[in-house]
Amino acid sequence: MTESEQLAEILTAHTGRKGPLLPILRDVQAAFGCVSSENETAIAKALNLSRAEVHGVVSFYHDFSAVPDPRPCIELCRAEACQARGVEGIAAAAEAAAGDRVRIKTVYCLGLCSVGPAARVGGALHARLDEAALVRLVQSA
Amino acid sequence: MNVVRISDDALALACGADVVAAEFAGAGWSVERVSSWGMHWLEPLVEINGIGWGPVLPGRVAEIAEGKADDLCIGPVASHPFILSQQRLTFGRAGKTRPLNLKDYAATGGWQGLTRARAMDPLAVVAEVAASGLRGRGGAGFPAGIKWQTVASAPGSPKYIVCNADEGDSGTFADRMLMEGDPFQLLEGMAIAAHAVGAERGYIYVRSEYPHAIAKLNAAIELAAEHLAPFAVEVRVGAGAYVCGEETALLNSIEGKRGEVRAKPPLPAIEGLFGCPTVVNNVLTLAAIPHVLVEGGAAHYDSHGIGRSKGTMPIQLAGNIKHGGLYEAAFGITLQELIYDIGGGTASGRPVKAVQVGGPLGAYNHPSQFHLPFDYEAYAGADALIGHGGIVVFDDTAEMGKMARFAMAFCAAESCGKCTPCRIGSTRGIELIDRIRSGGKAEADAVEALPQMRNARKAGRSRADDLQLLEDLCETMQYGSLCALGGFTPYPVRSALKHWPEDFE
Repeated sequence: MTESEQLAEILTAHTGRKGPLLPILRDVQAAFGCVSSENETAIAKALNLSRAEVHGVVSFYHDFSAVPDPRPCIELCRAEACQARGVEGIAAAAEAAAGDRVRIKTVYCLGLCSVGPAARVGGALHARLDEAALVRLVQSA
Repeated sequence: MNVVRISDDALALACGADVVAAEFAGAGWSVERVSSWGMHWLEPLVEINGIGWGPVLPGRVAEIAEGKADDLCIGPVASHPFILSQQRLTFGRAGKTRPLNLKDYAATGGWQGLTRARAMDPLAVVAEVAASGLRGRGGAGFPAGIKWQTVASAPGSPKYIVCNADEGDSGTFADRMLMEGDPFQLLEGMAIAAHAVGAERGYIYVRSEYPHAIAKLNAAIELAAEHLAPFAVEVRVGAGAYVCGEETALLNSIEGKRGEVRAKPPLPAIEGLFGCPTVVNNVLTLAAIPHVLVEGGAAHYDSHGIGRSKGTMPIQLAGNIKHGGLYEAAFGITLQELIYDIGGGTASGRPVKAVQVGGPLGAYNHPSQFHLPFDYEAYAGADALIGHGGIVVFDDTAEMGKMARFAMAFCAAESCGKCTPCRIGSTRGIELIDRIRSGGKAEADAVEALPQMRNARKAGRSRADDLQLLEDLCETMQYGSLCALGGFTPYPVRSALKHWPEDFE
C-alpha cells in the first residue's frame, strides 16, 4: 500500500467522528513516524481546514513531529518525583551510553512516581532503575 | 486448583509482575490478575488465600508456592497496617476485584448507584451530589453539585460529560490506578452525571502516557455498553501536552484544536465542548459519584472530612518515600502522619528536607508546616495547595534553588503560549533564578547598555534587586495568567525561596 492509500484509509476510519483531527494525527504519526507537510496538506483538504490550522495543531503537541526519527527511543521521566529518587544522577550515564544510536526523550511523568526512576521503551515500562539497569536498557534498545 | 492473585496495574508490570505471573502459571497455578492494593513498595505483590508476599522476584516463586519465603511474607494483606488505617471509598475495590470482570463489579455493589439514580428525578440527583459536599478532585476543589446544577439548568443541547483523565502532575497516579483497576466505577459515575444533567454522550480524555489505562477503558466501555445505554462514552487520547489537563485546553484538544486555554467566562458549564453545556470533572470526582448515590450515600460521604473539605481524598505518596503508594483517607490528616507514620520516612534513609504537595505547581512544604491538616482551605491559607493530592518527598540532598528553576523551566516547556505572563515570564524566571544562583551580575547586559534603553540600569543589579525582581515576576504570573499553569508556577518558586534562601546562594 502506498503512503497516500494508507492515509486515505486513516481518514476514512474517522469519518463521521466529531473533532477528528487529533485521532487522525495520532494514527498518522503512528503509521509514518511523523506528520509530513504533504500529509498535513492532505488532512487539511479532507477536513476542510486550512493547512495552517493543521500545522498549528501538529506543532503544538509534543507527540507529533515533522520528520521521522528512526532511532530506538527511550522515554525517561525527569519530573519531580523521579528527581527526588535520583534520576538526575543517572541520566548522564544513559546519555553517554546512548550516543547517537539511541534517542533519550525526556518525558514528564509516567505515573510511576513511587517506584522511580522510571522509563518506557515502546509499550514496556521499567521502574526502580539504577544507573546499571538504565544503561543496560539503553544498550538493549 | 490453587489460585494466586497478582496485579496487572501498570506499576506492577513495570516492577516485573508479568514474569512472576508467568512463573506461577508455568507451575500449574491459576493466576487471577486483579487491581493493585496500592502498596507500591511491595509490588509485585503476590496474594494466596489472603496472605501476601512482596516484592517478589521471579526466582522466589517456588518458595512462595510452598508457603515459605518468610522474609517477603507480609501476612494477611487486607489487615496490613497501611490498608487498615485507610478509609477507602473510591478505592474500595482496589486489590480485591478483577478490573474488567462485570461479575466482580456487580458483586461488590456495582451499578447500585446508577440504578437508584435513574429511578430518581434528575434534579434530585444533583441535590444529593450537592448534599454530599463532594468537591472537584482535579485541583480547584469546586463543588461538584453546583457545577452539575449549572449544566442542568443551562439552555441548549446536546450536553456533554467530559472526564478529565489528563493526569500530568508528577507525583500523582490515582487517576491511572482507578482507570486501570476499577474502570466500571468511573463509567457508572459518568452515566449518573449524564442522567443528572441530561447528557447523552461523554468523553474521557486520557493522556497518551497511559496506554494501559486507555486499553482498559476501551474494553470496559464495550463490556458495560448495555448498563450505560442510552449514554455512550468515547475515549480520546491526548498528545503529550501537560496544559491539556486544564479544562478549557482539554475541550479545545477534543475539538481538534491546539490545546490553548480559553478565557473564562463563558464557563464550560454554559459553553463547553463544541459550544454546548458541558460537565468537566476529574476521574476521582466522577468515580466518587456511585458511592454518593447509593441509599444514604450522600450523608455517609458528608460525614467524612473536616470543615468544607468533605469525604475522602485518594492521597498519593511518591518520590523519596519508603512506603509509597495510594492512601485514601478522610480530609484532616497531617503531612506528619502521612510521611512518617504511614510512609515510613524517606526511602534513602536521610532526613526529609521538603515535600511538594499538589504536583509541579504546588508549594514546597517545609518540615515546620507538617502539622497542616489536609484541607483545601488550610492549605490555601498557608500559600500552598492540595491539587490532585500528590505528595512528593525530597531528602536533604535536594537543592531547592534547582527545584525552583525546574518549576520555571517546566512552565516554559509546557506553556500553551496564549497569555504573556506564562509564556514569557517563565523564561525570564529561569534566567533570573540562574543569575541569582550564580551570584548576580555587576554589569549591565548588552541590551540594557544600549543608548535607547534609557530607563535600564547601567550599573547592574544587586542580589536584593534581583530577588525583588523575581518577587515582582511571580506576582505578575500569579495574578496575570489565564490559567493555573502560569498562575501557580510561582508557588514552588516562592516557597523554595522563602524556606530555603540558603539554596539560592
